[in-house]
Amino acid sequence: MIVALFFYLFAGICVGSAFMVIAARNPVHSVLYLILAFVNAAGLFVMMGAEFLAMILIVVYVGAVAVLFLFVVMMLDVDFAELKQGALQYLPIGMLIGGIFLAELVLVVGAWAIGSGVPQAITSPIPAKIPNTEAIGLVLYTRYVYFFQAAGIILLVAMIGAIVLTLHHRARVRRQHIGAQVARTPAASIEIVKVRPGQGWGGNQ
Amino acid sequence: MYQAIVFLPLLGAIFAGIIALVGARARFPGKGPVASVEDTAAGHGPHHGAPDVYGGGVIHSSHHEDEAREPAAAGSRTAELITTTLLMISMVLSWIALVDVGFAHHDARVPVFTWMSAGDLKVDWSLRIDTLTAVMLVVVNTISAFVHLYSIGYMHEDPYRPRFFGYLSMFTFAMLMLVTADNLVQLFFGWEGVGLASYLLIGFWYHKPEANAAAIKAFIVNRVGDFGFALGIFAVFMLTGAIDLDTVFAQAPSLTGKTINFFGWQADALTLTCLLLFMGAMGKSAQFLLHTWLPDAMEGPTPVSALIHAATMVTAGVFMVARLSPLFELAPHAQTFVTFIGATTAVFAATIGLVQNDIKRIVAYSTCSQLGYMFVAMGVGAYSVGMFHLFTHAFFKALLFLGSGSVIYAMHHEQDIRNMGGLKDRIPYTYIVMVIGTLALTGFPLTAGYFSKDAIIESAYVSHNSLAYYGFAMTVIAAGLTSFYSWRLIFKTFHGEPHDQRHYEAAHESPLWMLIPIGILAAGSILSGFPFKELFAGHGVEEFFGQSVKMNPHLIEEMHHIPQMIAFLPTVMMALGFVVSWLFYIRRPYLPVELAGQHQMLYQFLLNKWYFDELYDFIFVRPAKRIGYFLWKKGDGFVIDGFGPDGVSARVLDITRNVVKIQTGYLYHYAFAMLIGAAGLITWFMFGLGGQ
Amino acid sequence: MIGLGHYLTVAAILFTLGIFGIFLNRKNVIIILMSIELILLAVNINLVAFSTHLGDIVGQIYALLVLTVAAAEAAIGLAILVVFYRSRGSIAVEDINLMKG
Repeated sequence: MIVALFFYLFAGICVGSAFMVIAARNPVHSVLYLILAFVNAAGLFVMMGAEFLAMILIVVYVGAVAVLFLFVVMMLDVDFAELKQGALQYLPIGMLIGGIFLAELVLVVGAWAIGSGVPQAITSPIPAKIPNTEAIGLVLYTRYVYFFQAAGIILLVAMIGAIVLTLHHRARVRRQHIGAQVARTPAASIEIVKVRPGQGWGGNQ
Repeated sequence: MYQAIVFLPLLGAIFAGIIALVGARARFPGKGPVASVEDTAAGHGPHHGAPDVYGGGVIHSSHHEDEAREPAAAGSRTAELITTTLLMISMVLSWIALVDVGFAHHDARVPVFTWMSAGDLKVDWSLRIDTLTAVMLVVVNTISAFVHLYSIGYMHEDPYRPRFFGYLSMFTFAMLMLVTADNLVQLFFGWEGVGLASYLLIGFWYHKPEANAAAIKAFIVNRVGDFGFALGIFAVFMLTGAIDLDTVFAQAPSLTGKTINFFGWQADALTLTCLLLFMGAMGKSAQFLLHTWLPDAMEGPTPVSALIHAATMVTAGVFMVARLSPLFELAPHAQTFVTFIGATTAVFAATIGLVQNDIKRIVAYSTCSQLGYMFVAMGVGAYSVGMFHLFTHAFFKALLFLGSGSVIYAMHHEQDIRNMGGLKDRIPYTYIVMVIGTLALTGFPLTAGYFSKDAIIESAYVSHNSLAYYGFAMTVIAAGLTSFYSWRLIFKTFHGEPHDQRHYEAAHESPLWMLIPIGILAAGSILSGFPFKELFAGHGVEEFFGQSVKMNPHLIEEMHHIPQMIAFLPTVMMALGFVVSWLFYIRRPYLPVELAGQHQMLYQFLLNKWYFDELYDFIFVRPAKRIGYFLWKKGDGFVIDGFGPDGVSARVLDITRNVVKIQTGYLYHYAFAMLIGAAGLITWFMFGLGGQ
Repeated sequence: MIGLGHYLTVAAILFTLGIFGIFLNRKNVIIILMSIELILLAVNINLVAFSTHLGDIVGQIYALLVLTVAAAEAAIGLAILVVFYRSRGSIAVEDINLMKG
C-alpha cells in the first residue's frame, strides 16, 4: 500500500517534470526540471532495490551532467524564445506518431509474457541477503572487468574530446613559456657594464 | 575479247580512282578538307544559273578568268592518258565485234561468274553478245573514247582530272554492263551504275550549290523511274519464275492472257509489266513527265553532257525497250503508251527548246525531243529503226555538245547565245562541224539524220498502233521545230554582229585534243547513215539483227510503199524551219523580239519549261518536306526522344529535384523521419510478422 | 501491487516525452540534448526493472554502463554546442541547417 503510494508519487512527479523539461520557456528551468526528474527516477530505483544505481544516478547525472548543462545554458546567450508557430503545424502529426508509439509500447507491456527459456538464461543471479552494492561489485570486477575498463576509456576519450573541441588559443594573449623562463642563463639575460663615474654608460640601449 | 571490251574501262576507272585518292590524301593529310574548301570557294566564286526572264540574266559556266588557280592533281596526265588509251582499245575491239556479230553472226554468251543461287533463283554475271549488244557497244565505246580524248583538252585547267577520268571510265563500265546484261538484275546493276555515275559527274564541281542540287535532282527523278523498273522486274519474276532473258522470252508467249491483281484491279500481266518497265525508261531517258532533270544536268562539264546526256545514259531506256522487245510485242497497250509518251515528248521538248538562251540547254532539249522520236519508233514496233536513230543520234548529238563545248571554250566559258555572234570568222573549224551536226540533226538529205529520222516518221505512218497517227503528226511537227531551233542556235552563235566585243576579240580555236574528236564525229554524222540504212531500216534487218530484236514483221515492207508526198514531208518541214529561222535571225532580227513581246505569256510559258519544275515543287517537293519536317519534329523529336532517352533523363531530374527537398538540414526533421520509421517497423513486426 | 508493468509504463512515457522533445522543440539545441538524457533515463529504468524482476544482476551492470556513456555523450554534445555557438553565434534550431541538400 505504502509502496504503491510512493510509486505513484515518484512516477507522477518524474513524468510531470519530464514534460516540463520540454515545455518550459526558460532553459534554466528546463535544466532544473531535468534534475527533478532524475531525483525521482532515483527514488524509483531505490524502490526497486537497486540503491547503488540510484545513488550513482544522483551523483553522476545530477551532480555532473545536469550541472554541466546549467553551466552551458548560462554561458551561452540563450534567448527566452517563444514557442514558435512552426511547432504547431507539426503538432498533430507528431502527436499522432507519438501516440502510436506509446500505444504500442503499452500494448507490449500489457500483452507480453516472459519466454519459457529465460529463467535458464540468467547469467548472474542476484545473490540473496547482501547489499546491492556488494552484489554489483562481486560481478563487475570479475566477469565484466573488460566492460568496466572500456567504460573508463570512453570517459577518458570524452574528456580529451571535449577539451580538444573547445580549446581555443587566443592569438593576442601573451602567455608565459615556463620552460623558456626556467632555462634562462645569465649569459643571455645579464650584461655587466663598467660605468665610469660622471660618464654615464653610453652603450647601446 | 568481250571481257576485254567490258572490263578495260573498269580497269581504267580503278586506276584513275587510285590516283585520285592518293592525290587527295597527299593534299589533305588527314586534317579534313577545310582548307581546300575555302580555296576553291574563293576560286569558283558565286555563280548563278539563271531562270531566265525576258531580256535579263547571265549564264556562265563555272570558271571565271581571274580565279585563283589550284595546282593540278598529281598524276593527272597519267590518269587521263591511261584511261583514254584503254577506251580506245575497247572502241577498236567493239567495232571488230560489230562486224563479227552483225555480219558473221557469231553471237555469244560469255559467262563471267556466278552471282547468287538462292532456291529457285539463279543469277549469274554473264555477257550476252548479239547484234543489238554489238551496236550499243560500238556507240558507247566510240563516244566514250572520243569524249575522253576531248576531255584531255577541255578539262586541262581543272585541278581534279584523275577523279573526272575515273568517273568517266566508271560510267562507261556501268553502261557496258547494262548493254551486255543477260539477265534483268545485271541490267538493273548497270542501270543504277549509270545513274550513280551521272550523279557524280553532274555534281563534279561540287563546290557549286547549283551543281549539287542538279545532281540530286537527276538522281531522285531517276529513282522514281527506277522504282517502276524494279517493280517491273519483280513482276517478271513473279510471272516467269526467272530473270534471265532467254527464259523470260521463251515463256513470254504463254503469258499473254494472264492477269495480275494490282491494287484490287485485275490488270493484264504483260501490259502491266511492260508499263512498269517503261516507267524506268521514262526516268532514265527523260521522257515527258520525268524529264525535269535533263536541263539541270547541264551543270556538269560539257564532255559529261556529251557522253551521258546525249549518247549513252539517256539511250539506256531506248535500249532496254529494244532488248525487251519480245515482251513489248505481246503487250499492244503498253506499246501505245510508249508511242504516246514518245510523241508528246518530241513536241514538248522542241517547243521549250525554241526559246532557250543557254547553248547547252538548247542541245539538251533537242536530245529530249530526239529521244521521244526513238520511243515513237519503239512504240510502233520498229525497234531496229529506233536503234538506227539511236546510232546516228549518238554521233551528231555528241558532236553538237562537244562543238558547243568548243564554242564555250573559245568564248572563255560564256554560255549565253545572246552574248555571242559572228563567231564563224574567229572559229571556222568549229563552225563547220557545228553546221554539219545541225544538218544531220534536222535531217538534211544524205546526212545520217536524214535516213534515221525519216525512217521513224515513215514507220509511224504505216503502223497499226492505235496512236500511230498521233505519233506521226507529232514527229512531223517536231521536225519543223527542231529545224527552227537548231538553225537559231547556229545563227545566233556564229552569224550576225558580236554582242560581247571583248569575248569576241579573245575567241580562238580550241586545242587539238578537242578538235580531233569533233572532226571525227562530224565524219560519223555523215557516214553513219547511208551505209547502215539497209541494215537497220531496210531489207537487211532480219539478217543483221536476227533474234536480238523482235520486230513487227511487215513494218519494213510497208515503209517502202508509202506515198511520195509523205516521204518528202519531213524534208519540207526541215526546209520550212530553216527559212523561218533565217528570216527571224538573219534577215529581220526585230521579228522574234516583237513576237515575244506580243505573246508575253506564251513566251514565258515556254521559257520556264511549261512551269513543270514549279508544278512538281508544289505537288511533290513541298509536301514531302512538310511530312519530313513533321516526322522529324513531332515523330522523332516528341514521341521517340520524348518517351525515350530525353524523357527518361528529364524524369530522373524531376524526381531527384523533388527528393532533394527532403534533405532540409534540420535535425528534428531527420529525427522525425527516424521516429516514423521506427514506429512503422514496430507496427509491422507486431501485426504483420507476429500475429502470434 | 506494483509489478513490472508499471515500471515499464513509466519508462515508456518518459521515452515518448523524450522523443517529442527532439522534434517538437523550436527553441534551442540544448532541449534536444536534454531530451536525449530523458530517453536514456527511460532505458535505464527499463533495464533495472527487468533486472530486479528476473533476478539478474546483469541488467544493473548494463544500466551502469549506459549511465557512463550518457555522461560522456552529454559532455561531448555540449562541447560541440559551445564550439558551434562560438562560430555561428546562435543556437536556435532553425539556424542549424548546414546539412541542407
